[in-house]
Amino acid sequence: MTKQEALFNYLLRLGDTSLILAQRNGEWCGHGPFLEEDLALTNIALDLIGQSNALLNYAAQVEGKGRTADELAFHRTEREFYNTILVEQSNGDYAKTILRQFLCDAFDFYLYTELVKSKDETLAAIAAKSIKEITYHLRHTSSWVERLGDGTEESHTRIQDALNELWRFTGELFEMNQVDTILIQEGIAVDLNLIKPMWESKIKEVLERATLKIPANAFMQRGSRDAKHTEHLGYILAEMQSLPRAFPDAKW
Amino acid sequence: MVTSPQPSPRGEGAKMQSKEQILSLLSEIPDPEIPVITIKDLGVLRDVIVHENEVEVIITPTYSGCPAMKQIEDDILSTLKKNSIENAKVKMVYHPAWTTDWLSDEAKEKLRKYGIAPPEKTTSDKGALMGKEKVLACPRCGSKNTVMISQFGSTACKALFQCSDCKEAFDYFKCI
Repeated sequence: MTKQEALFNYLLRLGDTSLILAQRNGEWCGHGPFLEEDLALTNIALDLIGQSNALLNYAAQVEGKGRTADELAFHRTEREFYNTILVEQSNGDYAKTILRQFLCDAFDFYLYTELVKSKDETLAAIAAKSIKEITYHLRHTSSWVERLGDGTEESHTRIQDALNELWRFTGELFEMNQVDTILIQEGIAVDLNLIKPMWESKIKEVLERATLKIPANAFMQRGSRDAKHTEHLGYILAEMQSLPRAFPDAKW
Repeated sequence: MVTSPQPSPRGEGAKMQSKEQILSLLSEIPDPEIPVITIKDLGVLRDVIVHENEVEVIITPTYSGCPAMKQIEDDILSTLKKNSIENAKVKMVYHPAWTTDWLSDEAKEKLRKYGIAPPEKTTSDKGALMGKEKVLACPRCGSKNTVMISQFGSTACKALFQCSDCKEAFDYFKCI
């Protein structure tokens, strides 16, 4: 694998993760539990689409085959997507959506903080831009996890159920392969072993305040590094890609 | 026989204007979402590079997903076209990352008059957005007896507040 191939794959990982999480949050548009949270989820989705657009534009440029960010987003199949399997999980109730977002925000916070120092200038610039938005999202979702966990019996049960269901998808966040080895050597990518303890300590701190318990001995599901996904991704892509695939020449 | 220099095939009308002239033309373009301030006031317009046959305009987004960027790009190209500059392109950059610190005091005053509370300093901004401090003055009556309604507002760059005295809801331009 060349450095260029590794960088292309790394950018797809980051860009696809933001894109699919944005699409999931976007499903809440007009369905939020109340107006302010409807606004919050769609605003977060918008930031994520922006980040994804920047990353996929750069991926297209690195690939150098004349594809555009839109072509990467709308004309690849699920076995060509590298987003984490956590982000493609169904929205469930508001507690599950917020918990999923919180787990991702905390991960992205430490990942992008480190990426600001990347030797790849374009990636570092995108990270410096994104980290401002991620910091704000993390603040928002942390406070909601705490409010729901330490809230009523009903809200506590719901968000604990969400944690029990989603925890198995967090192990994969820190999985590294040849792509990471090549890019860490070049000073481009982040060593995920480095940010894992930071992420764990942040999660522990917030979950403790929220009176929530991490499930013990959970099985960890993996797959996305090899573009293998849970059944959800195909349905997301079918909805997200249907318009540009039906009308490939459409401009707006 | 001495030959005189060939006239440019593009003719006199296409003569490139200077960087300063172009910047001053573009400085007049209002922000599509907050039309009381210009894209220069906002800090979105970063630079103009005059190449031999092309003008390149550098812009940066306030937020990554700001949907106004496409509109701003169109506005820049049409302004240049009206001034006979056909060969132009707009380039979006992410570095240095946009910050509310680029808003001048004059721009902040324009925002306030328009009904949007301008960005605070970073420390008091956090207090206000966490609902812990009453530091934001209502842009209409000036009272600091204000409460946050929503951390996210009508656009990516704003949060929603309400004045407890005059009861008016207002946007706050978040500090980043």
